[in-house]
Amino acid sequence: MEINKDLIAASSTPIVLAILAEGDSYGYAILKRVRELSGGRMEWTDGMLYPVLHRLERLGHAEARWDVAESGRRRKYYRITSGGRAQLAEEHRQWQAVDATLRGIWGVLTLPVPGSNPASAAPLPQGA
Amino acid sequence: MPAPDHNDSLEEQINQWRTYLGRRQAIHSVDVAELEDHLREQIAVLADAGLTTDEAFLVAVKRMGDPDAVSREFAREHSERLWKQLVLSSSDTGEPLSAARTDAIAAFGVAASAAAAIKLPALFGIGLDTNPSFYVRNASVLVLPLLTGYFAWKRRLDTGTLRWLAVAFAAAAVFANVFPFTPRGHTEVLTALHLPIALWLALGIAYAGGRWSEVAGRMDFIRFSGELVIYYILIALGGGALTAFMGMIFKAIGIDVERFFASWLLPCGAAGGLVVASWLVEAKQSVIENMAPVLTRLFTPLFAAVLVAFLGTLVWTGRGVDIERNALIAFDVLLMVVLCLLLYSISARDPRSSPGTYDVLQVVLLVSALLADAVALWAIAARITEFGFTPNRVAALGENVILLVNLAWSAGLYIRFLRGRASLAVLERWQTDYLPVYVVWAAIVVIVFPPLFRYV
Repeated sequence: MEINKDLIAASSTPIVLAILAEGDSYGYAILKRVRELSGGRMEWTDGMLYPVLHRLERLGHAEARWDVAESGRRRKYYRITSGGRAQLAEEHRQWQAVDATLRGIWGVLTLPVPGSNPASAAPLPQGA
Repeated sequence: MPAPDHNDSLEEQINQWRTYLGRRQAIHSVDVAELEDHLREQIAVLADAGLTTDEAFLVAVKRMGDPDAVSREFAREHSERLWKQLVLSSSDTGEPLSAARTDAIAAFGVAASAAAAIKLPALFGIGLDTNPSFYVRNASVLVLPLLTGYFAWKRRLDTGTLRWLAVAFAAAAVFANVFPFTPRGHTEVLTALHLPIALWLALGIAYAGGRWSEVAGRMDFIRFSGELVIYYILIALGGGALTAFMGMIFKAIGIDVERFFASWLLPCGAAGGLVVASWLVEAKQSVIENMAPVLTRLFTPLFAAVLVAFLGTLVWTGRGVDIERNALIAFDVLLMVVLCLLLYSISARDPRSSPGTYDVLQVVLLVSALLADAVALWAIAARITEFGFTPNRVAALGENVILLVNLAWSAGLYIRFLRGRASLAVLERWQTDYLPVYVVWAAIVVIVFPPLFRYV
């Protein structure tokens, strides 16, 4: 499923922060976790995760350290900071508000079922 | 088992990918290392799932995303990286940093010594205010040996060369001080102006560090000199702002700093600034675009337009060149500017690329400058006996002839290049081979002129 770029950009901060809140992690593992959590529905371009991590680091939401992984390679690990936890709580609050609003409106609206042919909803030409 | 062969080719592929990514300004080498760790893990997972290493590599690279898009994303997060930073060179490994630090410490040490050297004569009772002409004559003898020494240390010159450089500076010190100059006379001013030019060769030999015999070595020194002038001017502007500010705030509390400024800050700053500017040029040469060729490109069309307009007006109105006493110097300066424009445009040019409009412009500039100078020389030749041969006039005439010969030959070579008969490398060789001519002439002015004109 294609998810709009703006939506991916907006949701990347809370998702990454939440994954880091589960425990220290690094780029590849974070992406793997995103794939698991979304059931494969959210596909990020791998390279794009790193600028997000660097932004969190710059804003003080996460701190990074270089360590040697079990593979013997040097690896950059990220850890959430207290500022990051506060930011995560704030994001959580905001996303819940957005989610609640959308749920409210999804309930009253009847939308075409995803995957069905939109043309069938249009009235058929009469007496053709 | 597909072991070593496949692993080698994988390493090779990862190497290529790493250099390809590393070439991007916004992605630093630590980031490449982080992305490489990701890539390797991805490849390992895919290979476990049954892909061959080649396939795994391709898929992993594809998942990493379009390098341009990723680099754009990095640039958005690290926008400061698009501005090349001279001071921020710490992002890479530690080893070159310590070398850079040693170099910086050495440079600032030499700058401090140069500042001290300019005040050294004051210890022996030769004050800047009591004997200014001593400083005018000796400024280059006091400062340039230190700058030359800095490059001699940096390039690890052999003792044979060092000995020759020492002899040159000793000779310079002798000729600057041994003649009984008339105070503020013409020959004294000529010595003060020409001694730095002659000593510039010594600096060049130290700078080139054994590559002086090569065209490329001398060309590097020409590039260095151009950048040095620009950096020195920038430092001087900063120094001017600093002293103006200092004067203002001290005036507010009723203290006049003019004496301190004139006898300490200005001479020491001017001497130390030269060394700092040289160090900056060296430190930034691969980090920041060279400025001299950029200015050259900006001003070559403008100077060409002014000269063509001048010649056109000359022909249209039929006026002769009104030769005043200083007209010759004005035309010397014109030729010098044109020479600099030529030098710095070829110094930045890829000698293999074929001629373009800019090259035609360059030839227009050269030919019009030569014509303007020829008109001036013709007017001077007609009246030289009337004016008499003063040392200033002979020096200016000699310089004019030297520059004229250089530019005439250069114009010929450039036209041959435009017509596809010769490469620009010939012009580069001609220019770098010509450097000693200026030095020899400057040395003649310093050594022969004072006795020849009875020290007037």
